[in-house]
Amino acid sequence: MLKGQIMMNIMKRLATAFAVAIALCLGAQAAFAQSATLKAVQDRGVLNCGANGQLAGFGMPDPQGNWTGFDVDFCRAIAAAIFNDPTKVKFVPLIAANRFTALQSGEVDVLSRNTTWTMERDTTLGIDFAAVNFYDGQGFMVRKALKVNSALELNDASVCVQQGTTTELNLADYFRQNHMSLKSVTFATIDEAIKAYDSSRCDSFTTDSSGLYASRLQLADPNANIVLPEIISKEPLSPAVRQGDDTWEDIVRWTHYAMVDAEELGVNQHNVDDMLKSDAPDIRRLLGVEGQFGVSLGLTKDWAYRIIKEVGNYGESFERNVGQGSPLKIARGLNALWTKGGLQYGLPIR
Amino acid sequence: MPQSMRSPPSSQAARRTGNIALQVALVVIVGGIAYAAIHNAAQNLAEAHIASGFGFWNNTAGFDISQTLIDYSASTSTFGRAFWVGLLNTLLVSGIGIVIATVLGFAVGIARLSRNWLVSHLAGGYVELIRNVPLLLQLLFWYNSVLRALPLVRGSVSLPGGGLLNNRGLFLPRPEFSPGFEYVLVALLLGIAASIVLRLWARRRQDRTGEPMRIFWIAFGLIVVMPAVAFVATGAPLSFSFPTTGRFNVMGGVEILPEFAALLLALSIYTAAFIAEVVRAGILAVPHGQTEAAQALGLRPSTALRYVIVPQAMRVIVPPLTSQYLNLIKNSSLAVAIGYPDLVQVFAGSVLNLTGQAVEVVAITMAVYLFISLVTSLLMNLYGYAIAAEER
Repeated sequence: MLKGQIMMNIMKRLATAFAVAIALCLGAQAAFAQSATLKAVQDRGVLNCGANGQLAGFGMPDPQGNWTGFDVDFCRAIAAAIFNDPTKVKFVPLIAANRFTALQSGEVDVLSRNTTWTMERDTTLGIDFAAVNFYDGQGFMVRKALKVNSALELNDASVCVQQGTTTELNLADYFRQNHMSLKSVTFATIDEAIKAYDSSRCDSFTTDSSGLYASRLQLADPNANIVLPEIISKEPLSPAVRQGDDTWEDIVRWTHYAMVDAEELGVNQHNVDDMLKSDAPDIRRLLGVEGQFGVSLGLTKDWAYRIIKEVGNYGESFERNVGQGSPLKIARGLNALWTKGGLQYGLPIR
Repeated sequence: MPQSMRSPPSSQAARRTGNIALQVALVVIVGGIAYAAIHNAAQNLAEAHIASGFGFWNNTAGFDISQTLIDYSASTSTFGRAFWVGLLNTLLVSGIGIVIATVLGFAVGIARLSRNWLVSHLAGGYVELIRNVPLLLQLLFWYNSVLRALPLVRGSVSLPGGGLLNNRGLFLPRPEFSPGFEYVLVALLLGIAASIVLRLWARRRQDRTGEPMRIFWIAFGLIVVMPAVAFVATGAPLSFSFPTTGRFNVMGGVEILPEFAALLLALSIYTAAFIAEVVRAGILAVPHGQTEAAQALGLRPSTALRYVIVPQAMRVIVPPLTSQYLNLIKNSSLAVAIGYPDLVQVFAGSVLNLTGQAVEVVAITMAVYLFISLVTSLLMNLYGYAIAAEER
């Protein structure tokens, strides 16, 4: 199973690299034209969503093949807004090293795969980031038996890391900055990196701290491992789209803000129908009772109602997938609403 | 020529001109398509706001690499430097893999033709088992079995001579040279050169007089004893730094990564199975009469194999052997599955993803493999010509 998966990943990676080369050579100009993505999605009848596939809580198919996770919910929300049906999504599992090529080449319409928004990616990859939907930071996991209490004690340690990530760069930076020597062991997929860590090939495993909590559950003995307190980087995770289709980027961006606005306004999956009768103008505009806000996106005016009805608000998705309602039990922290000391701030719909 | 008798010369000339025109047209069309594809790609990249060109080459890489044969640091080295690191790692594992696969393959191929039932069937079993299981699975088997079987750093196995073995790799004492060691090297090189001259002279003498000459002990004296004397005379200018276990890892010594060991094992053992078949075919291609003739001359079987059978078999062996070498080099890119930092892992992996310039990076990577393969083919062809020239 795993061996097959690795083989598939390698094949996939090569295939994607070739696909982008061929697509660019033969001229996939249509995919980059104005507002074309929404039309292509509607004609196709399904949203192609680039997802993780290996990260519990964010994007992973369960044994029955049903995709679940925080990033998965986001794509379901977009599908709900377009089709009024959150199941009209085709999830394409991507590893870190092929995710951008998959988006560039048009294999996926949106990349919702715990991807850090950095300036270099934003300016040189031909992609745009829509909105930060998860504020994360990189951390380290070690075996308890090593009796390490701080990442600063990791001088000379071997660290397993996934290749082609900001994690790989932060790791080198952090060790250099603290005058520690590093032996990194780099793997193409997160599964391989975790497996090598679990077989003691490395002393430590590093990724975004949300990913550490998810990965810990996959270890042979999760309780024999701890996550160190240091957070060594800023990892604002954001869905991304191809540059040049501004309307499509608006749809993705406002899907996120609609979910945050809903949480701020106390609108959730269970009370959304009652809220249609609300007198509050913010809620009436959000749910499309007043105004034509969805129409200007090329959608219907009840676009946000559909999202909340089918997927829920931001807080619901968070708690269900990675928060207290999940095995991960990640605290809201920076991802709490701005009214509760966090950074999630819904932009006004008006 | 009979053909020119049948058709008048003018129509033949016309046909030739037509052929040339056709070929020129074909080249123009292919060239035109290639140009259009490249031009279109560049235009589309620009329209999609994707950076293009090779400017990234001199940007700082920023990521760490676990095995570097040349100086490399994440903070100061460039993507270009990372490319060379990856390329050298590919060449290292391919080069050593080719040597091991060749030695093992020849041994197994010859063993398979042995009259000893057990030896020939063991060799046959090896070939059938190894060449019928996908290489990637074998690679994962070696990597995971190597990793799981080896002890943790704290329980490292001490090897005779001061080496250490654990799941972080094999650590050997690192030789440290003091001034004066260059005399030892000079003595060694002189010894090797003198032995080669001696051998050529002995050959020529045998050709002239028919008297064989045993030069083994003289060569031993030149290559081993002479440098040893120089070593003692200069006051033993060599010491070793021995690996020791630190808090997490082994410090000091020469490090051989488990990823490297697994890849090398998998590549050599897999390719050796194919080389064994190539060698067997080559030997069987030599007519049996040659063996009988050698026997009739009173040559012992080992001498007959060395001087009569193998030289003739080599002419058959070299072309398919070249293909096996090329396969091994290209298969080394499976390193990506186990985290060995070869060209594909470092350059078409980390560098591609950090720069996002798939077209350039993939094109460079393909060109490099093409170049390595062509050079290997060229060398093997030269060797093929060298041994074919002896044919009468």
